[in-house]
Amino acid sequence: MPVDAPLAMLRRAALTGAVVASVALGGPAWADTAPADPALAPTVAANPALEADTMELAHKLRCLVCQNQSIAESNAPLAVDLRNQVREQLAAGKTKDDVIDYLVDRYGDFVLYEPPFKAVTVLLWLGPVVLLVGGAAWLAFRLRRRREEAAAERGLSAADRARARALLEGGAAGAAQSESPESRS
Amino acid sequence: MKAKFLVPLLLFFGLAGFLAFGLTLNPREVPSPLIDKPAPDFSLARLDKPEQTFALKEMQGQVWMLNVWASWCVACRQEHPLLVQMAKQKIVPVVGLNYKEVRGDGAINARGMALEAETAMAIERARRWLSDHGDPYVLSVLDIDGRVGIDFGVYGVPETFLIDRDGRIRYKHIGPITPEALKDVLIPRIEELRRAG
Repeated sequence: MPVDAPLAMLRRAALTGAVVASVALGGPAWADTAPADPALAPTVAANPALEADTMELAHKLRCLVCQNQSIAESNAPLAVDLRNQVREQLAAGKTKDDVIDYLVDRYGDFVLYEPPFKAVTVLLWLGPVVLLVGGAAWLAFRLRRRREEAAAERGLSAADRARARALLEGGAAGAAQSESPESRS
Repeated sequence: MKAKFLVPLLLFFGLAGFLAFGLTLNPREVPSPLIDKPAPDFSLARLDKPEQTFALKEMQGQVWMLNVWASWCVACRQEHPLLVQMAKQKIVPVVGLNYKEVRGDGAINARGMALEAETAMAIERARRWLSDHGDPYVLSVLDIDGRVGIDFGVYGVPETFLIDRDGRIRYKHIGPITPEALKDVLIPRIEELRRAG
């Protein structure tokens, strides 16, 4: 198993978490009073627009160490490195797409929380639609067939009609025999 | 029509089959998009001669491996004897990429440390580790901030890249190399790449 210093992760969780939270709450005033700590300082960029863009991107990117967290949420050292990469590149004037391409080139589509639409992901994207449409079609087909079967059962053949008439007109003996279906309803 | 009652049972077995297959996969092993692509170029200070740098092209014409390691990495300790043994048998030249030697270590607070001081500490620690455990590397380079690691898509230590004569990454092994992985995967691939060249 690859081990990327889980201790460091825990250790930094508290500190970085506080900084990230303050950014999320939009407290730029905090930046002025933040201690001059080179490893943490970039987390609170002087430019709020840049910080908002960074965090927006960071929420779309998966941390490869804590796989169910985005790099915005995770405090694994790699997530911190990648956040800094995103911020650095955006500050250098790259577009969001450029930054996403940069990370996909290195870590693959897995780094994206939203998988791209392409040949291998067709089933993933269209599967639910196919299931829904297919299920609805099957249901419609079954319902129609059931209705047809019910209608076919309700219709009486000429022989049945003659027999029914004979029973109705035949008096007590016939009535006793035909009692069963109707009397229970 | 008679066997209709078997349909849910068959569906169940189909689903169970997929789930059973899923259990054999390792979600921690993320396939690298760099396979069959040129290895990212870099130029980093050498551990043995920090005033000199090592660049990718120096290995051109050889089939070689780049092994990502750090002295704080517990799993590296597990694979290290195998690397030493491989070096003795001269199976393949291995270059070490010493990854975030100081700032990657959770036990050290590297924040606020000057780069020179961090580099000096990294060199001292890495050299000591190699003299304690044996040095299987042709040479090691220092990736102090982990930037080259990001270029290679490293997300854990150890990782090992097999690189061909033209400098293309042909295989990535994630986690410590096991004797089985060496025998069944790495050596056949190395031989194949040597034949191909």
